[in-house]
Amino acid sequence: MNDKQATAAHQSSSAAQRTEREVDYPLVPPADVFEDADGITLRLDMPGVSKERLSVKADKNTLVIEGEVQIAMPQGMEALYAEIQSTRYRRSFTLSGELDAEKTVANVNNGVLSVSIPKRAELRPRKIEVTAG
Amino acid sequence: MFGDMTTFENLFDELRRMEQGIDQIFGRSTRPAGIRSVSRGTFPPTNVGVTENEVHVYLFAPGLDAKSFNISMQQNLLLVSGARELPINQKATYFRQERFEGEFRRVVTLPEDIDPERVEAKYRDGVLQISLRRQETAKPRQIQIN
Repeated sequence: MNDKQATAAHQSSSAAQRTEREVDYPLVPPADVFEDADGITLRLDMPGVSKERLSVKADKNTLVIEGEVQIAMPQGMEALYAEIQSTRYRRSFTLSGELDAEKTVANVNNGVLSVSIPKRAELRPRKIEVTAG
Repeated sequence: MFGDMTTFENLFDELRRMEQGIDQIFGRSTRPAGIRSVSRGTFPPTNVGVTENEVHVYLFAPGLDAKSFNISMQQNLLLVSGARELPINQKATYFRQERFEGEFRRVVTLPEDIDPERVEAKYRDGVLQISLRRQETAKPRQIQIN
């Protein structure tokens, strides 16, 4: 391969990468996040994502949720219009120390992902009984 | 203490407003939009795809019961309505409530040549897929050149 060819190949591959990035910009799933005495629960709308195409990773500091849309589409289909223009979801959250990320539980039902992260047992609020006398 | 975070959230609100403003002036994309399509953020987001023989409508409506959708056809207009209720956990403190709640209604303009008698709908992983057939006569004919 001479220099000219090498440059051309380089240009076309960088152009391909750029297009890929533009097309594959991930969707940010809308989320509800709430906290009760036991821990934090998240619910995220991720339509089109099955259990097999979902990844929930929690370490000490971060929770990363990723999913891929898989919908059976007939061959040769052209989009007449599309409000969902990506097949990937991604969202991440920072966790705090009182949460026990190792005990994170996740399940998906009809395209809604629920993630529960319990608080460390020793850090859960305790109700203090007040006795009279 | 939370001053910075509040500003950050406001910044996104501001960006969203700007984005909506831009949508109003220029339309949301250079891609063709349906005449009854609505602005960004409307629930459920909808895609429409066509093949030579079929039209497929995908509504990204998670967390619903398949039986709760009302689907009807009026000429070449497809109407889908329903409601999504998100029960509130009274004992919890909410930090984010971004998910759509309430009644929704979408109208999709379909190509003129669909057969209103042959409609199928299925709901899987939170996506409602409505499949319609195009009429035979509408298929492109190959024209021979002599």
